[in-house]
Amino acid sequence: MKRLLDSAAVARGLDRMAAQIAEKGADFAFVGVRRGGEPLAEALARRVTAETGHEPALGSVDITLYRDDAATALPSPRIGPSHVPFPVDGRRIVLVDDVMFTGRTIRAALDAVLDYGRPRRIELCVVFDRGGRELPIQPDYCIDRHDVAPDGHVEVVALPDGGFEVVELTRAEHAARRTAQPGGESS
Amino acid sequence: MSHAAESQHPSGGRQGRHGHRHLLETAGLSEADAHRILDAAETFFEVSRRPMRKVPTLRGKTVINMFFEASTRTRTSFELAGKRLSADVINFSGSASSTTKGETLRDTIATMEAMNPDVLVIRHSASGAPHHATHYTRAAVVNAGDGTHEHPTQALLDAFTMRRHKKELRGLRVAICGDVVHSRVARSNIHLLRTLGADVCIAGPRTLLPSGPEWLGVPAYDRVEPALEGADVAMMLRIQRERLTGALLPSMREYSRTFGLNPRRLALCKPDCLVMHPGPMNRGVEIDPEVADGAQSAILDQVEAGVAVRMAVLWQLAAEPHEPLPG
Repeated sequence: MKRLLDSAAVARGLDRMAAQIAEKGADFAFVGVRRGGEPLAEALARRVTAETGHEPALGSVDITLYRDDAATALPSPRIGPSHVPFPVDGRRIVLVDDVMFTGRTIRAALDAVLDYGRPRRIELCVVFDRGGRELPIQPDYCIDRHDVAPDGHVEVVALPDGGFEVVELTRAEHAARRTAQPGGESS
Repeated sequence: MSHAAESQHPSGGRQGRHGHRHLLETAGLSEADAHRILDAAETFFEVSRRPMRKVPTLRGKTVINMFFEASTRTRTSFELAGKRLSADVINFSGSASSTTKGETLRDTIATMEAMNPDVLVIRHSASGAPHHATHYTRAAVVNAGDGTHEHPTQALLDAFTMRRHKKELRGLRVAICGDVVHSRVARSNIHLLRTLGADVCIAGPRTLLPSGPEWLGVPAYDRVEPALEGADVAMMLRIQRERLTGALLPSMREYSRTFGLNPRRLALCKPDCLVMHPGPMNRGVEIDPEVADGAQSAILDQVEAGVAVRMAVLWQLAAEPHEPLPG
């Protein structure tokens, strides 16, 4: 396991991204991409609230039904709930995910959000961009990026103290982690 | 979730000789498989309440509804379920088709098979017809009601409705009342509810009950009162008029008086007892209008649940890639 970003670096990065997002206007909503993006969207919303005194709306989308391989590759995955408890029409939406990789997850998340209405604008915020894009989709906000070999796994790990760190796992380490947490998804 | 590693087929214990998954019956459906369908249905229930009630999941998949027996609600429910998943849904109704011209079920299925469907939803008056059909198609087969055998999606939607209202199915007292012996709904419900740990009993006139004090492992009563006493769910079955001509019932009025669910009998159940009916109901026969429209009635919730549960079933079955027919 290799640490790509320690918790102090992630915390600084989240502070900076929250400030950049809030700077562009108060009328926006965070939508976390389940499951990795959900706690990060919450962390960003807390920072924006502390910074501006204005609490942004918060939702989440599950992309299982929108995957481009939904009909062939996944016989019985668990589908999680999507929860968008606010009108999307005309609003600025900030999609939040943990790790940016092929772009396919975000493509699916965009379709999921668009099914709730017609936002004025959608922006993308991720913690770590590991390269390897298969679709022309790029983040608007990102703490750090560098290319990771295709067979490596990058994960944002939630720490017991409420912070996050970014780690790179080898194939074997990742497989061990997946069996320990059934139903887990990663980029 | 790995596909190959473990059996997670909503197949009713039967996997089809082409290794395909089908939903033919609730008998043999494991508790884990049943919960997997019900859990997925929760998500589809949410989708069905969005302003945009469609997801792209089964784009490019084909579902053929083959209803050899008249049905409006079940067919509509399957049709909507397929369409909300973006599948192409074709309706084939038996009465307006080649079957009336003498084609065998086997040939009709083979004809449909040649059009490469992913799922065949089959209702037929002959028990076992959907199972028979699995031999002539690579598609996944869903039993939408076959004779007096089973109607698995009805039982799943009933369980879904109960779970939403009562949270926990284990230990729930369910009374199934009416024409039990001819009812595929009753059969599917008894199998599924027992698997899910509910405490089921059946009641009805002796001519419409199986002989013996017990059937499929549940107690049978020839009066509805002992079944309704303390019930969490009162499930009334439709009384079919043809039972009168078969001399199984004296008259609808007498049936209503002796076995119908009226406010007085409902008072025997728990105060928060759920009233259910698979429809279409005979108001004033098996169920009093006051009860059918009352606060405890979940009859329209069942209809809404039907679309979500069928989306979950279609999704699980159509999400498997085709395999070539052997030989």
